[in-house]
Amino acid sequence: MSARALAGLLGAFAGAWVGTVAGAPLGTPVDVPVGTPLTVPAAAAGAAPAASARRYATVLPGHALEFPRDFGSHPQFRTEWWYVTGWLQTRKGELLGFQITFFRTRPDVDETNPSAFTPHQLLIAHCAVSDPTRGRLWQDQRIRRAGLGLAQAREGDTEVWIDDWRLQRRGADYSARLAADGFALNLTLSATRPPMENGQSGFSRKGPAAESASYYYSIPQMQIAGSLTRAGKTDPVVGTAWFDHEWSSDYLDPGATGWDWIGINLDDGGALMAFRIRGAGGETRWAGGTLERPDGRVRTLDAADIDFTPARRWLSPRTGIAYPVVWHVRAGPETIDLEPLMDDQENDTRLTTGAVYWEGAVRALRGGLPVGRGYLELTGYGERLRIR
Amino acid sequence: MAARGTGGSFTVWWVLVVAQLREQPVRLLVTVLAIALGVALGAAVYLTNTAALAEFGSATKRLFGDADVVVRGPRDGYSEDLFVQLARDPAVAMASPVLELEVALPGRRDTLKVLGLDPFRAAALQPALIGEIGAHLTELLAGNGILLSDSAARELDLRRGGTLPVSVGSGTRILKVLDVLSPAAYPQPLGLMDVAAAQWAFGRIGRLDRIDLRLNPGVDAERYRRDLAERLPAGVLAVAPEVERDRAVSLTRAYRLNLNMLALVALLTGALLVFSTQSLSVLRRRRSLGLLRALGVTRGQLQRALVGEGAALGALGALLGVVLGTFMAALMLRLLSGDLGNGQLRVLGVALHLAPLPMLGFCAIGTVVAGFGGWVPARAAALQPAARSLKGGDQDYTVGHSSTLLGVALLSAGAALAFLPRLAGLPLFGYASVAALLFGAVLLVPALTAWLLKLTPRSGRVVLDTAVAQLRGNVALSTLSLACIIVSFSLMVAMAIMVYSFRDSFDRWLGKLLPADIQLREPVGNDTAFLSDGDQARIAAVVGVGRVEFRRTRQLYLDPARAPVTLVARDMPGPPADNLPLVQSAPPQLQTGASAAWISEGFQDLYGYRIGDPLSLPVAGRQARFVIAGIWRDYARTTGAVVITRRAYVALSGDRSATEGSVWLDGRASAAAVDAGIRSALAGGGTLEIFASTAIRERSLQIFDRAFAITYALEAIAVLIGLAGVSFAASSTALARRAEFGMLRHVGMLRRQVVGMLAGEGILMSLFGVAYGLALGAVLSLVLVYVINRQSFNWSIDLAVPWWQLGLLSVTLVLAAALTAIWSGRAAMSAEALRAVREDW
Repeated sequence: MSARALAGLLGAFAGAWVGTVAGAPLGTPVDVPVGTPLTVPAAAAGAAPAASARRYATVLPGHALEFPRDFGSHPQFRTEWWYVTGWLQTRKGELLGFQITFFRTRPDVDETNPSAFTPHQLLIAHCAVSDPTRGRLWQDQRIRRAGLGLAQAREGDTEVWIDDWRLQRRGADYSARLAADGFALNLTLSATRPPMENGQSGFSRKGPAAESASYYYSIPQMQIAGSLTRAGKTDPVVGTAWFDHEWSSDYLDPGATGWDWIGINLDDGGALMAFRIRGAGGETRWAGGTLERPDGRVRTLDAADIDFTPARRWLSPRTGIAYPVVWHVRAGPETIDLEPLMDDQENDTRLTTGAVYWEGAVRALRGGLPVGRGYLELTGYGERLRIR
Repeated sequence: MAARGTGGSFTVWWVLVVAQLREQPVRLLVTVLAIALGVALGAAVYLTNTAALAEFGSATKRLFGDADVVVRGPRDGYSEDLFVQLARDPAVAMASPVLELEVALPGRRDTLKVLGLDPFRAAALQPALIGEIGAHLTELLAGNGILLSDSAARELDLRRGGTLPVSVGSGTRILKVLDVLSPAAYPQPLGLMDVAAAQWAFGRIGRLDRIDLRLNPGVDAERYRRDLAERLPAGVLAVAPEVERDRAVSLTRAYRLNLNMLALVALLTGALLVFSTQSLSVLRRRRSLGLLRALGVTRGQLQRALVGEGAALGALGALLGVVLGTFMAALMLRLLSGDLGNGQLRVLGVALHLAPLPMLGFCAIGTVVAGFGGWVPARAAALQPAARSLKGGDQDYTVGHSSTLLGVALLSAGAALAFLPRLAGLPLFGYASVAALLFGAVLLVPALTAWLLKLTPRSGRVVLDTAVAQLRGNVALSTLSLACIIVSFSLMVAMAIMVYSFRDSFDRWLGKLLPADIQLREPVGNDTAFLSDGDQARIAAVVGVGRVEFRRTRQLYLDPARAPVTLVARDMPGPPADNLPLVQSAPPQLQTGASAAWISEGFQDLYGYRIGDPLSLPVAGRQARFVIAGIWRDYARTTGAVVITRRAYVALSGDRSATEGSVWLDGRASAAAVDAGIRSALAGGGTLEIFASTAIRERSLQIFDRAFAITYALEAIAVLIGLAGVSFAASSTALARRAEFGMLRHVGMLRRQVVGMLAGEGILMSLFGVAYGLALGAVLSLVLVYVINRQSFNWSIDLAVPWWQLGLLSVTLVLAAALTAIWSGRAAMSAEALRAVREDW
């Protein structure tokens, strides 16, 4: 009962919020940030103020990323997220996927209110573990206003938390601690190389419009050590992770309905990020990517370099949405097949973001042989499923 | 007439009932009405109360949702740091900050409850309440917006997109109505805001007054509450959500009990009427009953049939009562707010729920009580040998000597019970005492009558002496009419003395409390409107204002399970007795200094303090120490109040604001001009109410009289029932003595003389009954005033006797008794006088 109420509340909220800031007509799919776990279906609800007086910072090309400053939060931008995906292995050899997201958004509030509760920023967190042995997806989510030290996204370096859920950078290591509903992640992620800047030195275009862009860097090939708790039982785990950090104020053009995204750690030490943004008819409206070689050479991929070809669909018994879970992907010189760790990796974040989407661990194969592991994200396949 | 088995009993019963109805419809009607009244009152109180409590319970449940612990502070709140601390507590799964305010609205005397909360946190605890915020969350977070419950919107006549002005300090802020929630979300008037917006709008930056906690699985909530209580700042309590509900409900308990007792009195009066009616009818039909016995109707059948008659009256009355009671309840719920008019449970638009099973119960009670009233005469009639009944002649009741002993025992028990403290917070022993005294006194009537008659000297006048002689020979029968007079008259006397005393004390209390010419007040119980330092200076500077005094009231929680206590910070110039209606004060050395506190009687009774005791009060988040310097009378708050000097309060809290004031006019200044002056000085004055003291006094007494209107009505009914009882008893006596009248006429007494004798008897008996009733009523009034009143409402009343009122009633009653005696004597003698003699011979 409480979940249903919350879903109504926050689903509609997210829709209303996006509708407000994007200034898009209601009922159209808008604001679908690439490379994030967040889809935000437009909601029919919510009377959005016509033109917000709020001025957000603009994403411009030619702006060099600067670390560690840009590891931290950028509150002057409308949205931002820190996103960790990866594969875990227990001592018994069990293979699992996991995903941790901290999402920041700046709502339109009267900032002159001196109250410590004033929601200058809202924080949303979502985490999930794909557990093929049990055939289930563990997941949990939270949404809070930033402030009072209880929830915060710090500036200057990566440190973001909601109550006792926390992601924090210390030197080359990140620690992620999330005690969730029925499961818990306690991981240390070690960076083995400097951040990989996507697009033009971190300026990543998302669509035909010049303002549809974000600042975006990734840290592939992070080494994981830590523990995973499921139903009260804790196992030590090791593995490899992919880290994304992206911030923006104006995102996608109104014609986009969803996107497909991959972040693959290649077994040879390389890394591949590729995305395409789909229009209402399933056509590619924009695409891009980054390919990093084991020796550190980086190649930025543009739309012509990228093809996503679905090979098999899986029908969700819960939502009735058909997701293409097996793919053939061409990204510049790389041509790979993607096979999911398990078919059912459908995420339900209707409680916080109002979205249902597929996001899960995948194997990369070349000629039937494994060449890497990573995460695949499929959003906007459930347009039929609107939240109020 | 073959009367055998149950079918036989029924036939006997039916024959008797139809005959009864044909013979004395008016008497039966009055009897039925008396029972109906008792049942109706009981049923109405029950229905109103059940409906209001159910409504209140469901509203409270929505307000607190799934919380395990509610951290509740004084009404001015506590620092939000406590919320941060609790949100980080590892035992806490979810902490939800709440600002719960009774907001003053310009132009309205009642307040609107507004919750300022964090929807993200509250959604986990109060899903039913929060569920509908959804679409408006963005606007809610933006600030300055409010969502209204359906009943609030209707009450305030507001719609989506409208504006709601609220009073903060002496100014006004405008909130935007974002939407109206569906009636299912919350049934009572309520406004919902974001906690940040609420803190800002109501000047409560940094403060909260409620935190709802849900604990992690496995944490013992009771134990956590206890441990938490130790860590909380002064005046902040950790309570279970049920306590919040029960606290409000318990406020009306004593009031409900008192109404139920009135219902019981009406019901017992009904039973007494059944008793006298049945006694009379058994006498009238003694020969038919004898005939029935002779025809083979068994003793048991006859008794059952006669008890059945009483029960039938009871059932009819009870049925009527239940219907009447349901209508009364519906009316009360529509007119009053569901708290039976005592204003302590604010619940609106309560729907009446029909309760078939309890109503059946009320029917059963009415029937059983009436059946019991009929049982005594039925038993007497059934025991009578058939031959003697058939022969006719005078009936005789014998009252056992054991009844005198029982009477003495009951009187002693009644006296002892009056000294016992309340039970479960209710004056149950007080009521037991009244019952014991009443029945004990009635049981002593025969013995006392006999003794008094023995003492009566001969007057030498035939008529009078015959009357006394007749009474002497007929003590038992006289008792019947006396009991009626005594019971109804003594209850009436007791009630009259109690209400008169209360009104008198209330009137004097008002005088003491309103010495100034004009009173200023922000809406009672509101948390947002007040007079700032500057406002107070502006008021003092208004032309025509001579002297002005300001008071600050605050609500403090001293005990989680009890309603808050009112803290009154006020000036105390001169001796305390000049400022407060003191009932008790400490030696002068204790009465001065910043640490003096004067507590109300309610405070004294509920928390058990005495003069000179140290008292620790949470003021501005710290425990401040006081010494109790006096106890004063407070008719305004039953839940306790404490007065401290304003100087002490300001020193402790730094809060110079005020919520009330008293203004003494300067020379010939007019109240109206000063009223206008104050309003213009405050630019309209927001919600400030300005009254001439005389107007308040008048209105208060009006409210008092209205509150006691139901008591007056019951008194009037009691008098009527008492008179009816007297007349029934007189008729039955006269009827039983038909043979005697015939004999007296036969031996040469004039008809006029017989009537004179009857009038004499009536006057003698009613004089005795009235005197006895007055004495008994006076004793009962002592129990009402000093025990039941004090234990129900926690305030004292000075005894005052309404002499002229009682005198007039006594004379009326004596005259009425004499008249009915004459009238029934005439009726008994008229045509049948001679036949009566023949009957016996």
